Amino acid sequence: MEQRGAYTPTPPPAWTPRTDPAPLLPDAEPYRVLGTPAAREADPELLRRLHTALVRGRRYNTQATALTKQGRLAVYPSSTGQEACEIGAAFALEERDWLFPSYRDTLAVIARGVDPVETLTLLRGDWHTGYDPYEHRVAPLSTPLATQLPHAVGLAHAARLKGDDVVALAMVGDGGTSEGDFHEALNFAAVWRSPVVFLVQNNGFAISVPLDKQTAAPSLAHKAVGYGMRGRLVDGNDALAVHEVLTEAVRHARAGGGPTLVEALTYRVEAHTNADDAGRYRAPTDGDAWRAHDPVALVEAELTARGLLDADTLEAVRADAETMAADLRARMNQDAPLDPMDLFAHVYAEPTPQLREQEAQLRAEIAAAAEDRPEGTPR
Amino acid sequence: MSTTVAAKPATMAQALGRALRDAMADDPAVHVMGEDVGTLGGVFRITDGLAAEFGDERCADTPLAEAGILGAAVGMAMYGLRPVVEMQFDAFAYPAFEQLVSHVARMRNRTRGAMPLPITVRVPYGGGIGGVEHHSDSSEAYYLATPGLHVVTPATVADAYGLLRAAIASDDPVVFLEPKRLYWSKADWNPDHPLSVEPIGRAVVRRTGRSATLLTYGPSVPVCLEAAEAATAEGWDLEVVDLRSLVPFDDETVCASVRRTGRAVVVHEAGGFGGPGGEIAARVTERCFHYLEAPVLRVAGFDIPYPPPMLERHHLPGVDRILDAVARLQWEADS
Repeated sequence: MEQRGAYTPTPPPAWTPRTDPAPLLPDAEPYRVLGTPAAREADPELLRRLHTALVRGRRYNTQATALTKQGRLAVYPSSTGQEACEIGAAFALEERDWLFPSYRDTLAVIARGVDPVETLTLLRGDWHTGYDPYEHRVAPLSTPLATQLPHAVGLAHAARLKGDDVVALAMVGDGGTSEGDFHEALNFAAVWRSPVVFLVQNNGFAISVPLDKQTAAPSLAHKAVGYGMRGRLVDGNDALAVHEVLTEAVRHARAGGGPTLVEALTYRVEAHTNADDAGRYRAPTDGDAWRAHDPVALVEAELTARGLLDADTLEAVRADAETMAADLRARMNQDAPLDPMDLFAHVYAEPTPQLREQEAQLRAEIAAAAEDRPEGTPR
Repeated sequence: MSTTVAAKPATMAQALGRALRDAMADDPAVHVMGEDVGTLGGVFRITDGLAAEFGDERCADTPLAEAGILGAAVGMAMYGLRPVVEMQFDAFAYPAFEQLVSHVARMRNRTRGAMPLPITVRVPYGGGIGGVEHHSDSSEAYYLATPGLHVVTPATVADAYGLLRAAIASDDPVVFLEPKRLYWSKADWNPDHPLSVEPIGRAVVRRTGRSATLLTYGPSVPVCLEAAEAATAEGWDLEVVDLRSLVPFDDETVCASVRRTGRAVVVHEAGGFGGPGGEIAARVTERCFHYLEAPVLRVAGFDIPYPPPMLERHHLPGVDRILDAVARLQWEADS
């Protein structure tokens, strides 16, 4: 019988961490610029551009919400309060870069140069994306959560394989970070060192579910460490801070440094959409601190303090936003020209025989309906 | 590590590998990606030698994540590449289903044609190889119910090559279903026959006959041919139609055959309830009712989760079950 105590366990194989996690960790405090002395260094032209876009963005949000109440939009997920995240981030991209927006990110899409009316095509109930994704390098607004993130990774990967220094910015909400596609996209991007920047707009709620029921992580930016990428935490209501952090992340990605996960802390001032009743899950005073920390007011205060914004300039910026809103109203109040045959036009490059039959059927139905109609009645 | 590709494919597996190789050689936009497709050459060795020949960027081992693989392929296709994605096994493709249904199938449509996605999704499918759970599903009904996808499945060596080349060349996304148990089959292999690209959407008559038509595809094609041979002992002369493509569906070839024979049986491994056979039987009945001498019958797998390998022979439609159905087609004689 073997003697007890004679067994010497073999030592396990040596282990060392693959990456030092320390440089990947986000700072303890979200990065802020506006309201600090550092803001005095900011380029006046950048501040003015941010301001104009923020004012227009706020006005676009109120106008789109009004259009929903008038039945012109099927639904509108307002980004009031989150304008700085969307505009500060989109402004960090070069023209050759790509944006992958979620359904709430219409302001980022507009910041890329897309016509505001086209950004509402999907939401007015026309099932087309509304814009040509290649014209401004903006992917279609994604309704499923986080599924557009792996697309951003794939596009950035393909661009790098072709030798183009293109960066993809992928946007997602706090709720979307719980989805499997979020994990798979971040993991792919880190393994491939893809030139991608992931921006999480943490606005506190996934429809009604608050962040503490969404994640147990110290912050969403901390999730980056597990993938081997850098995590950054930024004040999402500070347009200048968002712009700086995103610009640095884009530069890092373009230089071959790989992806970054940025968490922008913000607050969803309105309900999820007009179909949601925020009164069921939060009190009217919830978020008061965030409302006081308003992204438009923050930039205006900085511009004013530096003597870059007088009453006339402010009036001009607001008038420009009113013009945009009036144009939006006028064009959205026109009925969209719809061709029923469009139903079949783009399902396949070459329609199947089955679709050709169905197309003929619909054409005949429409012709028959037109014959039944008494002469002189409108179509 | 093997770096050679068979000069002339003798098996379906070799034909598929050859199709990938030729497509990659012809078009630098073609990228093969998936779990284990690189160094290992795929668990079925379909991609053997491609990484060595074209590099590990063009035949890329990815992280183990099917949604991520297909999702990344979407972005790559957006940027002008032609990704060919391997899903390894039928049931492993399910995590990628959301990407397939919510994005791959409808991106062309939602962008009014601006953003086509020429992606080929290779799904090894079906049973009969003694695979354990989650390795033998016949998942075709899920795909053919999704508008915007082509759904193709070869049954011969020549078709494996020709249809895969066509799938990769297609500007539409194609779900390319590979019958696993035919990977090593040499059916229809003719060393003197030149390799060709087979257009998607055409069925083919594999055996002509006058008594009844067997409508089938993929792994059930050889079984039907065997049944047709056995049926001659009963005096039945069966026609066998290999559908090859479920979407688009070749109504013309199918109906021409059924109108000639007046009787039809649809044969497939997938479960019958909600399976492709129901759709095919309905189409045939709608178009050929006055030519039919008997109802269109289905011989399908049972409506059960795929059984363990020791029982799968009781589940898979075999020659006897097909012949029983053909016997039931002799309506006038019985009634």
